[in-house]
Amino acid sequence: MMTSATHTGSRARGSASLRHRLAERGVDTKLLLLVPAIVFALLLFVYPFAYGIGLTFQPLAATQEQWGGGFFANYVAFFKDAFIFDSVWITLRLALPAALFNVLVSIPIAFKLRSKFRGKRMLQTLLVLPITLGTVLTAQGLLIFAGRQGWLNRFLLENGIIDQPLQLVNNYLGVMLSLIISGFPFAYLLISSYLSGIDPSLEAAAKTLGANWKQRFRRITLPLLAPGLATTFILTFVLAFSVFPSARLVGDASGETRVLALMAYRAFSEQLDYSMASTIAIMMGVVELIVIAFVFLGRSFLYKGSTGGKG
Amino acid sequence: MSNSKLTAAPPTEVVNIVKNRSRGKLAPGEKSLAASPGTWFVWFGIAAFFIFLFGIVLSVLVDSLGKPWFNTWLPETFTLGWYQESWARFDLTHIIGVTLLVAFSVIIISVIIGVPASYVLARSNFPGKKLVMLLFLLPILIPPITFGIPLATVMYNFGLGRTVLAVILVNLVPSVPFVIITMTPFIEQINPAIENAARMCGASMFRVFTRILAPLLIPGILAASILVLVRTVGMFDLTFLVSGPRSDTLVVAIYRAMTSAGGGEARQLISSMGVIYTAMMLLILIIALRFINPTQLVAQVKDSRED
Repeated sequence: MMTSATHTGSRARGSASLRHRLAERGVDTKLLLLVPAIVFALLLFVYPFAYGIGLTFQPLAATQEQWGGGFFANYVAFFKDAFIFDSVWITLRLALPAALFNVLVSIPIAFKLRSKFRGKRMLQTLLVLPITLGTVLTAQGLLIFAGRQGWLNRFLLENGIIDQPLQLVNNYLGVMLSLIISGFPFAYLLISSYLSGIDPSLEAAAKTLGANWKQRFRRITLPLLAPGLATTFILTFVLAFSVFPSARLVGDASGETRVLALMAYRAFSEQLDYSMASTIAIMMGVVELIVIAFVFLGRSFLYKGSTGGKG
Repeated sequence: MSNSKLTAAPPTEVVNIVKNRSRGKLAPGEKSLAASPGTWFVWFGIAAFFIFLFGIVLSVLVDSLGKPWFNTWLPETFTLGWYQESWARFDLTHIIGVTLLVAFSVIIISVIIGVPASYVLARSNFPGKKLVMLLFLLPILIPPITFGIPLATVMYNFGLGRTVLAVILVNLVPSVPFVIITMTPFIEQINPAIENAARMCGASMFRVFTRILAPLLIPGILAASILVLVRTVGMFDLTFLVSGPRSDTLVVAIYRAMTSAGGGEARQLISSMGVIYTAMMLLILIIALRFINPTQLVAQVKDSRED
């Protein structure tokens, strides 16, 4: 649809009136700048994706035999096999709280760190630092630091705060901690950049009119920030939803943290069942898109436009 | 000015100046010495976060340097032997080379493809724009595994499996949309009147790009590139699906060492690789922070004047 419109745009060079009419609707040569990106997306995203969807309708004979349903055997297996379907809830139970926590905690911190104080840049740099760790290293560090003989448990035990070492890794909590450590800086970075895009003179104006901080936050900052918050929530949710290495390394990969990504990967590389792997992978995308659709629905009611951050 | 008059005021948007003024009993410009609960909450949160963060980093660092370390606060002796051993055993020169090659190829290609596209999306309305936006949003929104598994299957079908090229191509899929999505609001915030003025003065599209937009966009492009760099070096899922022994990036190599059959490699070997990974990322970040402010992702930072 898009590319054909571009073609008409460039062919219409001869007749000024047609070109003019198209340009009025926004179709002009500027659109050619989009072509590389679209070709790229079609080749590397749309085609493999369509191929993958096709693959889900070619189940292995074994799957067909066990679950029935002909072409749809993979989907029947996905919904009927409790071992697979439970991992949907397992994944959501991890990803939703983690994303919410990261966004909600980032807001006050981004607010506080917006003002000028000594060592601000240092603190911001330190907050960004965990991005350098990556999930695998975070997992390794958590295993050593928060493990049964790690510093954390040792400190708490020797100070008599607890009698038994806390079980912080190889379970739900371990994965949650790793999601917060890797997701929070990301949420903070995004939110504070959205916040810095809001012209402070808007708030200053509200202040001269006598609004207190609650009113300023609710009437000025929050409406301008809300679209950014929605985006941040979605991005951190996506990060948390596709958690895979930490679910295996610091989680309980066969029980509490048997997430969808893990199931899909097992089908892909251990059982070599590419059609089932694609089915799990695509259903994982569907579940995630449902959550995101809700957020977008809310976002469409929010203010859109300039936040005055830049002249 | 009696209070009764104020309470009788319509209850809509009227701001109660007198009440607000008496609440903070400080002269304008003066700050209270006692911190508010909000401040306590923020500093407590930051402190807890940093305890975990430094605990994680330090314990990996100490682990990678210590000889036997079991039931004590610190290991008995310190050594650099684990680094030599892991460097030789996993051929880290090659692995780091691959990692950097992949990361920089991905940055350059995704900026070249992404920035022009985000300009169009920021500035013009055309039929089908929503569809195009959706096309670019999906690879970011959909979990990497979802498109990674079909994509990896296609790569293996084309005989590209386990090659560096496959790793680069796979990493481009989320990176190009990422550049587009982060650059679009950045371009939207640049006043179009500047471009219009240049065009009125007779500048061509190309000149508008090189003379007007590029200088204004440099901070945004740098910020986007650094995020792409960090994402690509840290990208586990997609790389893991298509890479093989000769095309592993560092994260994937560490993961494979941690989960390899027979209970994984010695913990200290993995820790030393982890330290090398963090040191590499830290170096990138320090270089990056010399050029950009960490919050400069969406807009030029205006320092807030108050509070």
